[in-house]
Amino acid sequence: MIPELGHFALVLALAIALVQSTVPLYGARTGDAALMGVAAPTALAQFVFVAMSFAALVACYVTSDFSVATVFENSHSSMPLIYKFTSVWGNHEGSMLLWVLILTVFGALVAAFGNNIPATLKATVLSVQSWVAAAFYVFILATSNPFLRLAPAPFEGRDLNPILQDFGLAVHPPMLYLGYVGFSISFAFAIAALIEGRIDAAWARWVRPWTLIAWICLTLGIAMGSFWAYYTLGWGGWWYWDPVENASFMPWLAGTALLHSALVMEKREALKVWTILLAILTFSLSLIGTFLVRSGVLTSVHAFASDPMRGEFILAILVLFIGGGLTLYAWRAPTLKQGGLFAPISREGALVINNLFLTTACATVFVGTLYPLALEALTGAKISVGAPYFNWTFGPLFILLLMVVPFGPLLAWKRGDLKGVTQRLTAAFILAVVGILAVCVIEGRPAFAAFGVGIATFVIAGAVTDLGERTGLWRAPLPTAVRRAVGLPRSAWGAAFAHIGLGVTLLGIVGETQWGSEQIVSLRQGDKVAIRHYDFTFEGTATRDGPNYKELDVRFAVRRNGELIGEMVPAKRTFASRQTTTTEAALMTRGVSQLYVSLGDVAADGAIAVRIYHKPLVLMIWLGAVVMAMGGALSLSDRRLRVGAPKRAKARAALQPAE
Amino acid sequence: MRAYMVWRDPQALRRARCRRDPIGVDAAGHSIGKEERQHMTRKQRRLGLIAAGVGVLGIAVGLVLFALRGAIVFFNSPTDLVEKHVAPGTRVRLGGLVVAGSIVKGQNLNVRFEVTDGNKAIPVTFQGILPDLFREGQGVVTEGEIDPGGTFHADTVLAKHDERYMPKEVVEALKKSGHWNDDANKTGTATRTP
Repeated sequence: MIPELGHFALVLALAIALVQSTVPLYGARTGDAALMGVAAPTALAQFVFVAMSFAALVACYVTSDFSVATVFENSHSSMPLIYKFTSVWGNHEGSMLLWVLILTVFGALVAAFGNNIPATLKATVLSVQSWVAAAFYVFILATSNPFLRLAPAPFEGRDLNPILQDFGLAVHPPMLYLGYVGFSISFAFAIAALIEGRIDAAWARWVRPWTLIAWICLTLGIAMGSFWAYYTLGWGGWWYWDPVENASFMPWLAGTALLHSALVMEKREALKVWTILLAILTFSLSLIGTFLVRSGVLTSVHAFASDPMRGEFILAILVLFIGGGLTLYAWRAPTLKQGGLFAPISREGALVINNLFLTTACATVFVGTLYPLALEALTGAKISVGAPYFNWTFGPLFILLLMVVPFGPLLAWKRGDLKGVTQRLTAAFILAVVGILAVCVIEGRPAFAAFGVGIATFVIAGAVTDLGERTGLWRAPLPTAVRRAVGLPRSAWGAAFAHIGLGVTLLGIVGETQWGSEQIVSLRQGDKVAIRHYDFTFEGTATRDGPNYKELDVRFAVRRNGELIGEMVPAKRTFASRQTTTTEAALMTRGVSQLYVSLGDVAADGAIAVRIYHKPLVLMIWLGAVVMAMGGALSLSDRRLRVGAPKRAKARAALQPAE
Repeated sequence: MRAYMVWRDPQALRRARCRRDPIGVDAAGHSIGKEERQHMTRKQRRLGLIAAGVGVLGIAVGLVLFALRGAIVFFNSPTDLVEKHVAPGTRVRLGGLVVAGSIVKGQNLNVRFEVTDGNKAIPVTFQGILPDLFREGQGVVTEGEIDPGGTFHADTVLAKHDERYMPKEVVEALKKSGHWNDDANKTGTATRTP
């Protein structure tokens, strides 16, 4: 009964979506307030029905109703409750339902909190968003119905893929989807602006908070995914340039560019046409990401068992929205009015440089990710493009970008003074040189490491300099500076934090890749291994029973310079229901560095293969991402985004009705 | 009428232009002269932007072409590897099924096993820890070089699949060699159905 209700609710949501995607749009074109008014209630209703549908699926999983095919395939009655819950989206069907749930959440948020958006724009935005929703409802109902029943209901489920039985599954997919799908709002705003043929600074001010929310979630989602892979896969890697990782990284790069160009549009009404294009491209990349991950064209941990029909269907959605969006853009963008002028050396100019580098870097990732697919389709040759490609293309471009990051916020709008800015950055520059020298003296090895530390220091010190300049920290007396700091717009703090986060992540990357050390050895009880300043002693093994697995624990005593600092217990879990094993790495945190021990297989003579890593500064990689997200949140709380815009916009909307 | 006057009156025209691009004092306190202002028309600025864009794009294309030469690895089935006469020392991927009973574990985490697509079997050596999902009779993708003696020295072993999933390349290689048994693969699933 419950699965049928869920299914029915989804069908109702589709029906509502069809109404929402046409009626308000027609109302907005004809100026019919009643028809435009349909958008908000239907958006809320869509959310309610999809939430009901999702709740029904959750109920099936939590009560282990194995008569539902996806529950049988992906759940087990002995799994802990949290995994029963998270396994709802640990499979293709459920994850698509989560996708549309988040889509409707965003739609409902715009409907509920978008009171200050002009009525025609709001109606058009919600309509456009509903096109996306309708396409995905049809996709789910036609090719991946999560409520399919099995005729004699099985007694026991097949269990969730053991790799996914982790807390990471509770956070990573929902966060990532909040990011992916959040960009659908920017997309809807861009399409609406093209339909209306009108776009102004107020438009950018309405779009920015939604883009920011999506960007924050995507940042955290990617960081969480990376951290999860790091501790769960057992080889200590945090980024593999796997196509699926790239699929989430490309919208992040484009979204970051969008955030910056929307800033120019909001303040200076310039880069309008470009911002619209970026909004379309960012969501297109999100859709491509969904396609890559969900269609089964890639071999990856994310590729759930799939049938070709789904791939073709998502491809059709892709072509429809990306092709349609870009066609509309080509047709309507030339009609948008030109914005303000600016000199090449100015804040706007710096943001243009930022956009150039971000989009180009994004394009190189795109080429590396899709080239193998294209080549296989054209010539049949199967190739893989590995990490070296990305290090050689993305790396240099991003390093160039990082070198100019500190200049941007210090330049004035319209016409900046590069010499003055360089003078103000002298302290940051000196700090960077000190950092490079310090690294050369202390570590001595890879020159790249010293260079990386220098750039990271420059980025961080540059952001601090910006805050110092704005508050007059080293000119005015301290109380004045503090007062100014409190009065500083939160978006200024946000920008500084985001840039600091970037520097922190870079430090982590340099530390982990350049100074990390690794030992892969075969050990027996009593054996010792040394890595950097640490000694590991194999103390003994034990076996333990978990709820749905058996575990082999290996105890290591860890000593630093001979002094005992703790114990690390990596394990191997064997899941009977799927006859698979997983590796549970043991981690020991020392400041922002970590020791990492994971197990390989047990040889016939009782020796166990062990991987031991020392990963200096590794935690800074994700800490930096969290700082970036914090910066985003600070910027989101800026007063300007909540007030300011509506008053001006209402007056403007009253003066010039839509053409 | 007014529009006409603005169009005729050069002073008004200048005022209008100034309003769009007001000039004044730059950050250093110097007033900006008329000549300087006229240096950069909208068209020139756009050209400047395009030049910068083309420049960055040029760098990117150069990097992509450079990196693609060195970072591409071709996938081969054991049959491909023999028939295409892949030169020793070329970095390639080799995928297929791990031959049952072929896994020999030696000292220092050295492993030998054979990879087959049903036609040919290639001996593979590897030093290190095999993935959790590496098993006899299962699909595997390895990356490394072949030596003149016909042994493949892998430095990477990928087994990213569970019992329901096979690397796509391996499935296709098996289909090509005519050793893909769809039914056998399905019964593997069916036996688990109560």
